[in-house]
Amino acid sequence: MKFLKFLFVGIFFGIVLVKSEAVSWYRIYEMFKFQSFHMYGIIGSAVVIGVVGIFLIKKFELKSIEGKPIAVPPKEKGFVSYILGGTIFGLGWALAGACPGPMYILLGAGVFTISIVILAAMLGTFVYGLLKNRLPH
Amino acid sequence: MDILLKPWPWYVSGPLIATVLLVLTYFGKNFGMSSNLKTFCTIAGAGKYSDFFRFDWKAQRWNLTIVIGAILGGFISTAFLNDGSPVQLSPKTISDLAALNFSEAGETLLPKEIYSWESVLTLKGISILVVGGFLVGFGTRYAGGCTSGHAISGLSNLQLPSLIAVIGFFIGGLVMTHFILPLLF
Repeated sequence: MKFLKFLFVGIFFGIVLVKSEAVSWYRIYEMFKFQSFHMYGIIGSAVVIGVVGIFLIKKFELKSIEGKPIAVPPKEKGFVSYILGGTIFGLGWALAGACPGPMYILLGAGVFTISIVILAAMLGTFVYGLLKNRLPH
Repeated sequence: MDILLKPWPWYVSGPLIATVLLVLTYFGKNFGMSSNLKTFCTIAGAGKYSDFFRFDWKAQRWNLTIVIGAILGGFISTAFLNDGSPVQLSPKTISDLAALNFSEAGETLLPKEIYSWESVLTLKGISILVVGGFLVGFGTRYAGGCTSGHAISGLSNLQLPSLIAVIGFFIGGLVMTHFILPLLF
């Protein structure tokens, strides 16, 4: 079952995000108030280890589990979509306190009202798809 | 076992999140949770309305499997890896929230003032969740990624666009937290 490994990654991800409290609305509020190092420590240490890991994967041209070369694609160049989209995302993140990973994790944690956030996020994605060609990128 | 049940410190959690990124990279995939929202739109038939949603969603089944796992992980950690500890917030955060009429800050993962059915079933309550979710869904696609795709994967790959997106996350988050939330509560 080739999907089983992804199921385990998801379970692991969900557990880590709950136990780190990164799924908590309060932690997001506290982060944007600069009142604790906690979230900066989580994201910062993840990025530092990620940088080293991705660097080593590229340097040694490691093969993936399927034996293929690992491609770490660069993001498309740009500015306007990243800064505007990012700002819109940030407004929603600090209001709902949940980003696109935690919203599913919170559903599993028994917060059923989060399903409204998930449906609204799908709607937001849909509206972006409709407007995409008219927005500055 | 005790140590598993208590909240985990950042220096344990951060490296474990990096592990998720690196394991997925080893599996030949790109870590990014917000793509699933697009996939859900496609499954629901959004391709009828925009080219943006016309793609083979079956190629994204691995990512949908992660969503199912994340839901299970949320359940497992809350039901079995939980000693009932409150969220370890700074005292200043708790007092600031008390000033905004949030009582019992940190006693549960999410504030009842936003996420309880009692709050949600008011016009203000439902608006907060709908607007918040909408902005997250719209913004993440406009920016081409969310916290996992940009802040974790993109920055780990030293991508300037991801840094710009993360700066955007902070502009929006700071405006909401410092200027808009105090008007709402």
